[in-house]
Amino acid sequence: MLETNDTDGSTELFSDLRETAESLVKKLDEGDLSGATSMIFKINEVRDRSIYKEVGRLTRGLHDAIVNFQIDVEKYNLPNDNENENESHMANARDRLDYVINMTQDAANKTMDMVEEGMPMATNLSQEASILKQDWGRLIRREMDPSEFRELYKRVDVFLDHANSGANSLNENFNNILMAQGFQDLTGQVIKKVIHLVQEVEERLVELVRLAGEVEEITGVVIREDRGAIGEKTADICEAEGPQIKAEDRADVVSGQDEVDDLLSSLGF
Amino acid sequence: MSFSPKNWIPTNLLLDFSGESRKSIYVEWSIALDKNMKILIVDDFSTMRRIIKNLLRDLGFTNTHEADDGVTGLPMLQSGNFDFLITDWNMPGMTGIDLLKAVRAEDRLRDLPILMVTAEAKRDQIIEAAQAGVNGYVVKPFTAAVLKEKIEKIFERVDAG
Repeated sequence: MLETNDTDGSTELFSDLRETAESLVKKLDEGDLSGATSMIFKINEVRDRSIYKEVGRLTRGLHDAIVNFQIDVEKYNLPNDNENENESHMANARDRLDYVINMTQDAANKTMDMVEEGMPMATNLSQEASILKQDWGRLIRREMDPSEFRELYKRVDVFLDHANSGANSLNENFNNILMAQGFQDLTGQVIKKVIHLVQEVEERLVELVRLAGEVEEITGVVIREDRGAIGEKTADICEAEGPQIKAEDRADVVSGQDEVDDLLSSLGF
Repeated sequence: MSFSPKNWIPTNLLLDFSGESRKSIYVEWSIALDKNMKILIVDDFSTMRRIIKNLLRDLGFTNTHEADDGVTGLPMLQSGNFDFLITDWNMPGMTGIDLLKAVRAEDRLRDLPILMVTAEAKRDQIIEAAQAGVNGYVVKPFTAAVLKEKIEKIFERVDAG
């Protein structure tokens, strides 16, 4: 719509200017000075009118861009409750990134806890084994008396118990470490959302800059072919929301597996 | 059909050698499950696929396959005789809910048991999944015990039905 107005506008401007210039030349040829002066005023007036029109058009474009900016960004907001009604989308992005920090921190701590717990277990087993190995060697070389052998006999039994329970505990720790890696999926989803928001902001800013630039070259033709494309792209963003950052603040969201189970059993599951 | 009666061996006939050689932290299954059943795991994050695969291996299921969204997962299901599908919701390409609907719309796959493992936690979404015919729903982050419990529950029903 704006594009056609613009083309029509400049054609109109050109024909108006040409027409007035022609009458100016005519008046000059006729020696009509006052007529010529009024033609010069008219030329100025025609040019000014086109400037006002152009400024008006750009203002509308700028206004549209700002309005779109807000609407599109709202998509990334969680529905606000009363307390954080004034929370900006950037604050929301900060919340999301805070969530990422907490998740990665928890996962790192959990993993390190498991490793720190497991390492002494492995070290003890290895030490016990090497001491036993020495005594076992003495047994093989027949350097051991019967009372020492009876003692070794008991120690081997104890060691086997330790090895068994130690391996089980280590196995359990490995499983916990594995589970802790789940953060990567959840934080990845959140970061993707923030990246989308940043992209959106960037696109809108580029559009604003472009519009502002046009104020300087007022007769320039504005090409906004990509406008529709931007709109479509944002509409395409998946309706899935990813991990809930503030599940406890939202009534329409379950806060854990128990609520999922309750909901499903209410549906006859 | 993915579920033939041969998959469901009565408990008294089941000899589980894996339990002998390998101590698991998990308690025993209350029902007999075919440990060779073919499972497809669909999630766009490879780390999550790896976690689920490892958990399933610990539960005794080793016949697991992976896809990164519905677009790659659906053809695998159509041609692969899978016995069980575990899928995420939020994926590029084809989402888990669309995959669920597509599976339920196909005669050959209609009865395939499906467990959704996802971060999507809106009540509306859970209801939508239930209406689309999901067999179980687990929200992330989840525990190994929850995953086991839901799998068990699903196959108890399949077994009974």
